[in-house]
Amino acid sequence: MDMILEGLKQAFYLLVTFDPEVMGITWLSLKISGTATFFSLFFGISVGTVVALTEFPGRRLVVSLINTGMGLPPVVAGLIVTIFLWRNGPLGFLEILYTPTAMIIAQSLIAAPIVTGISLASIQQLPRNLRLQILALGANRLQMVWILIKEARLPLLAAVMAGFGGVISEVGASIMVGGNIKGYSRVLTTATVMETGKGNFEIALALGFILLLLAFIINAVLTQVQQRQRPR
Amino acid sequence: MKMRKGLTWAVGLMAALILMAGFSPAQAAPVKQKNLILATTTSTQDTGLLDVIIPIFEKKTKYFVKTIAVGSGAAMAMGQKGEADVLLVHSPAAEKKLVEEGYGVNRRLVMHNDFVILGPASDPAGIKGMKSATEAFKKLAAAGSLFMTRADKSGTHAKEMAIWKAAGVNPEGQKWYQQTGLGMGQTLGVAAEKKAYTLSDRGTYLAMKKNLGLDILSEGDGVLLNIYHVIEVNPAKWPKVNAPGAKAFADFMVSKQVQKIIKTFGVDKYGSPLFFPDAGKKVEDLGK
Repeated sequence: MDMILEGLKQAFYLLVTFDPEVMGITWLSLKISGTATFFSLFFGISVGTVVALTEFPGRRLVVSLINTGMGLPPVVAGLIVTIFLWRNGPLGFLEILYTPTAMIIAQSLIAAPIVTGISLASIQQLPRNLRLQILALGANRLQMVWILIKEARLPLLAAVMAGFGGVISEVGASIMVGGNIKGYSRVLTTATVMETGKGNFEIALALGFILLLLAFIINAVLTQVQQRQRPR
Repeated sequence: MKMRKGLTWAVGLMAALILMAGFSPAQAAPVKQKNLILATTTSTQDTGLLDVIIPIFEKKTKYFVKTIAVGSGAAMAMGQKGEADVLLVHSPAAEKKLVEEGYGVNRRLVMHNDFVILGPASDPAGIKGMKSATEAFKKLAAAGSLFMTRADKSGTHAKEMAIWKAAGVNPEGQKWYQQTGLGMGQTLGVAAEKKAYTLSDRGTYLAMKKNLGLDILSEGDGVLLNIYHVIEVNPAKWPKVNAPGAKAFADFMVSKQVQKIIKTFGVDKYGSPLFFPDAGKKVEDLGK
């Protein structure tokens, strides 16, 4: 119990003193996971909408695959990305293993199925007649899709939060493809693992608290947006 | 079909964006062989030694060192695949094999410390003060005392297996022999919680001692030496290796400057050095 209090104290101290290393790590976490979530939104909402609105053979299999992907273990995503990005691997010429770019790719891979799965469900749960009604009012199909997406914004914002929450808190992929390099690819989660390994449990806890605080702020902002525009 | 076309475009555009984001930082990197990948064991990072040495090297040579701290086994696997440029490891038998197979060149002695046999203060197996590590292990096996092994092909794990072999005991599958599959620091934590015995390098133990209830029960045997070598990955096998960078780093590790840092590293914090510098010495002369 003392240790947890000590961790809270450390977190507070690191924050109020603007500890440059911790600030750098926190900013990098936010940048990497934010970018990855952004990419996964483009992918997830488009693919989710297409799958939700179309019929094709094997659709159920595709939906099952997407839903399974929502549980893709980060280490597995990390391992696959690592193998592709190895110098002597198929994408080795890019020379981006152990960079923040590689971390963004791995995290996008983790967040994309989460966002896709939730988008799919949220578009599909809209009443079928709504589509007909929108089309009957003279909208073209692109306009119809746009209106549907707007109509589903409540669960879609939940998709954003789930995707972001999934990647900001993951460590397996980040440590594998980023390498936890000081001042370069070290993020809150990988730093926490390292400090735990060093036996600096108070600092590890402090980093954990900062991560929670960051996640809380982001989610509070998104929730604000979500609940304000609540459709009646 | 219009809608699908539009979405296809959107998806395509997005893919292009991702690729661009992926490409630009790589292109922005100034010189290609600026990066140097150092694959090493967790003990060099967890003790904080590399945090002291690497900034000096980077400043001096302008290389950017990417330290990947994994077990010695994984570090050597990276070297064998040409995915690292230089290795700083402590698993002599496996290192020799790596060099013999031609994947590593220019293997040089850097430093040593030693392994210690740890256990709960109550010492149920009664090995406290035993001089011979092999005899201590025999006694542990005979008593069936809980023993935590890392089982991760690290240098520490390799050493532990060698001692079991010398003791004529095959602990694999025994009820009292449990695998953590974790790094040294975490394994120490597990051993402390379970009041188990384990083998650790002295550096990590000293760094973590304050949170553990584990005591050193046996130490000082010659077989417990923990020897670190630096190995350059052979550019003849893997043309993409940053050979000049690897050589510069290896030379730096055995330079007078670094050897002096190693000699005093940890004294202020733990009261005794964590490593002993050995550049230029012979392995046979260590610990004498």
